[in-house]
Amino acid sequence: MKLQKMKWITLVFALGAILMLGACKKKVAPPPPPAPPPPPAPTASLSANPNSVQKGQPTTLSWQTTNATDVSIDGIGAVQPSGSQQVTPADSTTYHLTAKGAGGTQEATARVTVGPPPPAQTTGPSATEEELFSQSVKDIYFDYDKADIRADQQSALQGDAQFLGQHSSIRITVEGHCDERGSTEYNLALGTSRAEAVKSALTQAGIAADRVKTISYGKEKPFCNEHTEECWQQNRRAHFVYQK
Amino acid sequence: MKAVIHPNTKRLFMAQVTNQMRGNTHFSGSDRVIASLLVLFLFVLPCFAQQDWIRTGTGLGVEKIRLAVPDFKSSNQDPKNADLLKAFNDTLWNDLDNAGIFDLVSKSFNPLEVPGQPTEVKFEVWSAPPPNASMLAFGNLGVSGNTVMVQGWLYDVKNVTSPQVLGKQYTDAATTDAARLIAHKFADEIIFRLGGGVQGIAESSIYFVSDRSGHKEIWAMDYDGSNQHAITHLGSISLSPRISPDGSRLAFSSLTRTSWEIMMYSLELGRMITFPHFGGTNLSPAWAPDGTRLAFSSSRTGTSEIYMVDASGGSLKRLTTAKGPDVSPTWNRKTGAQLAFVSGRTGLPQIYTMEADGTNVQRMTDQGYAVSPSWAPNGQFLTFSWMRKYGPGAPGSNDIYLMDIASKQWVQLTHDGGRNDYPSWSPDGRHIVFQSSRSGSEQIWTMLADGTKVQQLTFTGHNTQPNWSWK
Repeated sequence: MKLQKMKWITLVFALGAILMLGACKKKVAPPPPPAPPPPPAPTASLSANPNSVQKGQPTTLSWQTTNATDVSIDGIGAVQPSGSQQVTPADSTTYHLTAKGAGGTQEATARVTVGPPPPAQTTGPSATEEELFSQSVKDIYFDYDKADIRADQQSALQGDAQFLGQHSSIRITVEGHCDERGSTEYNLALGTSRAEAVKSALTQAGIAADRVKTISYGKEKPFCNEHTEECWQQNRRAHFVYQK
Repeated sequence: MKAVIHPNTKRLFMAQVTNQMRGNTHFSGSDRVIASLLVLFLFVLPCFAQQDWIRTGTGLGVEKIRLAVPDFKSSNQDPKNADLLKAFNDTLWNDLDNAGIFDLVSKSFNPLEVPGQPTEVKFEVWSAPPPNASMLAFGNLGVSGNTVMVQGWLYDVKNVTSPQVLGKQYTDAATTDAARLIAHKFADEIIFRLGGGVQGIAESSIYFVSDRSGHKEIWAMDYDGSNQHAITHLGSISLSPRISPDGSRLAFSSLTRTSWEIMMYSLELGRMITFPHFGGTNLSPAWAPDGTRLAFSSSRTGTSEIYMVDASGGSLKRLTTAKGPDVSPTWNRKTGAQLAFVSGRTGLPQIYTMEADGTNVQRMTDQGYAVSPSWAPNGQFLTFSWMRKYGPGAPGSNDIYLMDIASKQWVQLTHDGGRNDYPSWSPDGRHIVFQSSRSGSEQIWTMLADGTKVQQLTFTGHNTQPNWSWK
């Protein structure tokens, strides 16, 4: 009798197992016991724009970090998790950012090359207006999904307006560009907004509106093709083109 | 005793069961209760943790018609029959499979003798297992000279006295393209008869952007991905193709020397036709369902707004005034009285609806990055691309969603990774075409409107912004 009962219980388990195996379409191994998730590792990026300047000229450092509680840049000190700052290095410098968080430490570097100051007379008769334009006019960079002029871009824009004010025969096209994220159609509209924002700032600074054309390229003509924040920042810009 | 059974222990249990079956077993009352609980426990518990998302959608639970589609037979000895039969049989099978309303009888269940003529149909063989079919589509194909003739029938095999639902005869040029077209037509007849009177889509087309020539041009293909060919050869950047409701004209946006303008191509004339330039960035044309008007986005005044013109580009009227870009309009295909569009007026782009005169603007999405709306033919649903959690550090994926407009309830349709964008409805409202990067590059895919039956249509170059024809 006892043996029979044992046999019978085994049978029930066996039948149950068959039912279970047959009833579920998708068989999965039992989930492993939940391990506490490790804190996310911090990420960090640092870029300098322009990354090559003449002695005495400023450049702008931009950085972005995530999952970091303690962010510092050598020579500058503790900084916000993301931001930008203008620096005027005396010599070529490699800026070094350290982002510390619960998940570890991440570092990023950006090299700024400092060249000799320009000779006193580069603006002699040998330099054409187009050459002057390409030397002097700086592109304007934007935040993600934004078309308003960032505080750190104001000086570049003022410089551009000043140059165009001094060279009143130059006509330009402002191209609006976007990074690769998001939809083709929306990015073309966003690029339009960026180009129009720059045109609007230039006209407010006294540049005649009929000298400034705008066009959007959205994400159709990127300057940089990598999938990194540094590259995306390069692509979020209003680019100045000299009109012959 | 643990309720968790690994597949590799199944063999062991099978052996135990076999041994138990040989002996005599005895059941007492209490044993029976324990047995019931145990079976319930083993049966139910492991099923809970299996699916990581829940399948929802329209038409679920509706029983599919079991349809047998044996290969059509040669009606004569012409040597060209083999190629045309292959094209015909493959296309017919795919069309009926794609329709999503049939449970097709696997060809391996078919009897050895399949009919090519009504007199050859053996009803009891088809209606009994293994085919167990309710309906049978069969027929024959024969080439003679330069023409091909196809005879096709649809039989209700459980109605022996009056089985014929459909009998059709087609004659066309003896080419594989013509054989495919005949298969599409016959499939659409079957789908129309058995699918609740909804027209099939086997003869519909999909327009899209492809860079495989080196420039982004507008291309077209059959709905199943065959017959891919370039429409434009402008050598610039052409985007956002939208076919007119009658299929005669194709509106799109193209980069000219100075700006983006709406372009118009006549498929009847096979060339570009004039359409006014508005200046600024002109994007994303959208045909009204009656074909008399177009909505599009223009920055002619500095900011991107939604405008409306008549079909020849006249009577320009501005519909939106908000700051922030407004793009990607789509019409309510049922009423022609409302538009959905994308606006960045509050920051990240969201989906909005409004009346066709620009009044009664309603926000539909509450967060994230929502773009590319397409209005369903039944007027009730919007489908669009949404990254619901968007921003630095957010683990967002870019997926296709379906929203019931009245309740703003939504369902996620894609779950398989990559960036999924530009959904567009099929004319029958049962399918959605979209672009996805899930294969590693941007390609065009279709799925049923409940997210199942996902198929890749393009494989060469980058292919984006699909737009399904209206019929």
